[in-house]
Amino acid sequence: MSADTKSAPEAGHGHGHDHGHDQAHDDHGHHDPKWYSPARWLFSTNHKDIGTLYLLFALGAGTVGMIFSGIMRVELAEPGLQLFNGTAFGGFFGNPENYNVITTMHGLIMIFFMVMPALIGGFGNWFVPLMIGAPDMAMPRMNNISFWLLPVSFTLLILSMFVPGPPGANGFGGGWVLYPPLSSHDANPGLAMDLVIFSLHVAGISSILGAINFIVTILNMRAPGMTLHKMPLFAWSVLVTAFLLVLALPVLAGALTMLLTDRNFGSKFFEPAGGGDPIMFQHLFWFFGHPEVYIMILPGFGIISHVISTFSKKPVFGYLGMAYAMVSIGVIGFIVWAHHMYTVGMNVNLKAYFVAATMVIAVPTGIKIFSWIATMWGGSIEFKVPMLWAIGFIFLFTVGGVTGVVLANAGVDHALHDTYYVVAHFHYVLSLGAVFTLFCGWYYWFEKMWGVKYNGFLGGLHFWFMFVGSNMVFFPQHFLGLNGMPRRYVDYTPAFREWHHWSTIGYYVVLVGMAFFFVGLIEAMVRRRKAEANPWGEGATTLEWTLSSPPPFHQYNDLPRVR
Amino acid sequence: MRRGAWKSWALGCASLFVTGSAAAAPTPGGVNFQTPATEVARDVMAFHNEVLIIITVITVFVTLLLAWVVIRYNKRANPVPKKFSHNTLVEIVWTVVPVLILVWIAKGSFPLLYEQDVMPKVPEDQVVDIKVYGHQWYWRYQYGQGDEITEIESRIVPKDQLKAGQIDQLSVDNPIVAPLNKHVRLSITAQDVIHAWAMPPFAIKVDAVPGRLNQLWFKAEQPGIYFGQCSEICGANHAYMPIELRILPEDQYNQWLTRLKMSPAEATAYLDQVQPRGAAQVAAAH
Repeated sequence: MSADTKSAPEAGHGHGHDHGHDQAHDDHGHHDPKWYSPARWLFSTNHKDIGTLYLLFALGAGTVGMIFSGIMRVELAEPGLQLFNGTAFGGFFGNPENYNVITTMHGLIMIFFMVMPALIGGFGNWFVPLMIGAPDMAMPRMNNISFWLLPVSFTLLILSMFVPGPPGANGFGGGWVLYPPLSSHDANPGLAMDLVIFSLHVAGISSILGAINFIVTILNMRAPGMTLHKMPLFAWSVLVTAFLLVLALPVLAGALTMLLTDRNFGSKFFEPAGGGDPIMFQHLFWFFGHPEVYIMILPGFGIISHVISTFSKKPVFGYLGMAYAMVSIGVIGFIVWAHHMYTVGMNVNLKAYFVAATMVIAVPTGIKIFSWIATMWGGSIEFKVPMLWAIGFIFLFTVGGVTGVVLANAGVDHALHDTYYVVAHFHYVLSLGAVFTLFCGWYYWFEKMWGVKYNGFLGGLHFWFMFVGSNMVFFPQHFLGLNGMPRRYVDYTPAFREWHHWSTIGYYVVLVGMAFFFVGLIEAMVRRRKAEANPWGEGATTLEWTLSSPPPFHQYNDLPRVR
Repeated sequence: MRRGAWKSWALGCASLFVTGSAAAAPTPGGVNFQTPATEVARDVMAFHNEVLIIITVITVFVTLLLAWVVIRYNKRANPVPKKFSHNTLVEIVWTVVPVLILVWIAKGSFPLLYEQDVMPKVPEDQVVDIKVYGHQWYWRYQYGQGDEITEIESRIVPKDQLKAGQIDQLSVDNPIVAPLNKHVRLSITAQDVIHAWAMPPFAIKVDAVPGRLNQLWFKAEQPGIYFGQCSEICGANHAYMPIELRILPEDQYNQWLTRLKMSPAEATAYLDQVQPRGAAQVAAAH
C-alpha cells in the first residue's frame, strides 16, 4: 500500500486510502468482501462495486421506464381511449391525466435514472479509473453517497405518482420540462409536483457530486506518463460530461428552487400576476436541458470510439480531433438552448441567432461520425456483438442528427415544434443513440465486469430485434409529425392511426429484443463460462484489458506506466 | 363507436378529395406535410423538402460508407489491418464540406424565418385582428375592439355527438372564422397555463402564454375548413382542445360577424349554412 501512495502522491487525497477500508484490505490480504455481504454494497467505497450498483439501479429503473413506454404504445395503438378510460385495470387509469403522468415519468426516469446512471455512474465508475491507471476514484466516500442519493431520489419520484397532483388526479403530468404555470400551485396544487422537485434536487446533488469526483480523479489520478493527450477517449468523454454537469445542474436546481418557493412561499418568479414570467423558467430549464442531452450522449461517443477501434484492430482515427470535437460540442451546447423555444414568442432576430448557433453543432458531430468510419477504413473488422451495436449506432445517430438539422431551422420548426417529428428526432439520438451505446458498452465490458462470457448468439438476437424494432417504433413518427400529430396526446384523429399502429408493433419487437437481453444475462449467470483477461485480442489496447476479468478488488498496487 | 367515428371521418375526407379541394386535415397514413394553404406554408414546405433531399443524400452517403467498410474491410477480406490514424486532407474536407452545406441551408433558412415571422406592411384595411385566448381546455376568440367586442368559445365536439362531415378529435362547436385574402393577425395569450395555437396547413404555431401577447399572421388563399390542435401540454384534456378555422369570402365573413353580434349560436348556424361540412362545403370553395 505504501508503495501505491508513494508512486502516486496525488492519490493521497483519496480518503479511502487512509482509513478503515484500507485497513481491512491490508489485514485480509487479497480476500475480497463476500458478494452477499450487505455492508459491501451499502458502505461501498470501491469504484467497481459502485459502478455495479449504478448499472443494476439503471437496469431496474430502465425496466420501469420501458413498462411506461409500453403503456403509452398500447394506449396509442388505436384512436380512442384503450387504457385511460376509467375502466381498464379496474379503473386504475382513471382519466387522460394519468397518461400525461406516464409520459412525464417515462421521460424523467429514462433520463435521470436510466441513461445517466448507466453511462456516467455505471461505466464511468467502472472504467475511468481502470483506463487512466488509477487505483480508485479520488473521493470514494463521496462516490458512495453519489450513488445512494439516487434510490432516494427515485423513490420520491415514484411516490409522486400516488399523491394528489392537479384537481382530481394523482401525479404530475406536465411533461419532463416541468413548465410553469402548469407546474405552479394553481394548476397542480397537490404534493406530487413538490415531490418531483425534491426528487430532481436530490438527483441533481447526486450527479454534481459524481461529476466533481470524475473531474478530480481524471485531472489528478492519471497513471505516470498518461498526459491528457494520451488519455483514452472514454475518459475524455466523461471529463467533458462532468464539466457539463457541474455547470448545468446548478441552473436546474436554481429554477426548481424558484418554482418551489413560487408554489409554497408566495414568490412570483414565474407568475405574471406578480410581475414574473413563465418564459424565464423555460430559459433556465433549457440552459440546463440542452447540455443535458449532450451529457446523455457524450459518454456513449467515448464508448463507440473504443469499440470501433478494438474490433477494427486499428488506432482511433484523428484522436485529438475526436477529443476536441467532444469539447467543442460541450462548449457550443451551452449557447443553443433556446432552439427548444422557437414558438414561445421570441424576437425574430434572437431566433435567427439560435438557428445559426445550433447548426454549428453539426460540424463537430460530423467530424465524429466520419472519424469513426475512417477508423474502420483499412481495418480488419470483426463483427462481435459490441461492434454490431457500434455500427448500428453510427447509422441511427446519423438519422437522428440530420433531422436535428431540419429542426434547427426555426422556419420549419414552427411547423414541427411539439409534434411527433420532434419525438422521433430525440428518440433517434437518445433511445436509439445513447441506449445503443449503452448496450454497446455492456457487451464490450461484460466479461471484464462480471468475469463470465455472454452468449454471442443471444447478444446478436438482442441487437437485431432492437435495431429493427426501434426503427419501427420511431421512423413512422416522422410521418406523424409532418402530418401534424402533436406530442403528449392520449388520443388522436383516425387519420394518424396507421403509423401509430406500426409504431406500437415496433414496440413489441423491441420487447422481444429486451427479452433476449435478459435471457442472455441469465444464461451467462447460469453457465459461468470463465472470462479471459482480454477476449478481444490485439485491438483492445486500453489499460483495463491488462487486468484479470473481473479485475482484482483493488487494482494497480503498482501504478502502470504509460509511454 | 370508435369504428363508426373512423367511418364518418373517412367519408368526410374522401368527399374532400373527390371535389379536388385542398385537403385541410391530416391524411390517413400520410407521410408528409398537410397540403399547404398559404404562400408561407408553401415556402416552408419547399424549404423543408430541399433540406430533406440534402439530409437524405448525407444519410445514404454515410450508409454507403458503412456498407463499404463492412464489405471491404472485414476480417476475411482484409486480414491485416492498416495502422494509419491521420490524413490531414480528408479531415479538412469533412470539416469544410459540412460547413458549406450548412451555409447553403442557412441561406434559405433566414429569409424563410423572417417571411414567416414578420407580417408584411399592408394598409390597415387589409388587416383583420382576432384575439385568441387559451383556456383549460378550450379556445376563446374575440372579435372587434372597444365597445364592439364579441366573443365565441370553441370546444371539441365529443365523439358521441359528431355530425356528418365532422372529424373526430378535430371538429369544434364554434369554429374561429377569418376572411379570405386578408392579412389576419392573431394576438394570442392564455388565461391559466401555457397552450399553443397551431395551424399545420399554414405552417404556423405559437405558444399562448399567460402574461404575454404573442402574434401570428396568415393570408388564406382558399375558403375552406382547416384544422389544428393545441400544441403545448396543458393538463388532462390537452388532446381535447382542437382548433377549427373557417375561411370565408369577405362578404360572407361580414355577414357572419353581424350574426356573431347577435349570438355565437346564430353565427355558427349561418356558418354551417354558407359553408356546410363535407362535400358541399368544398363546392362552396370554388
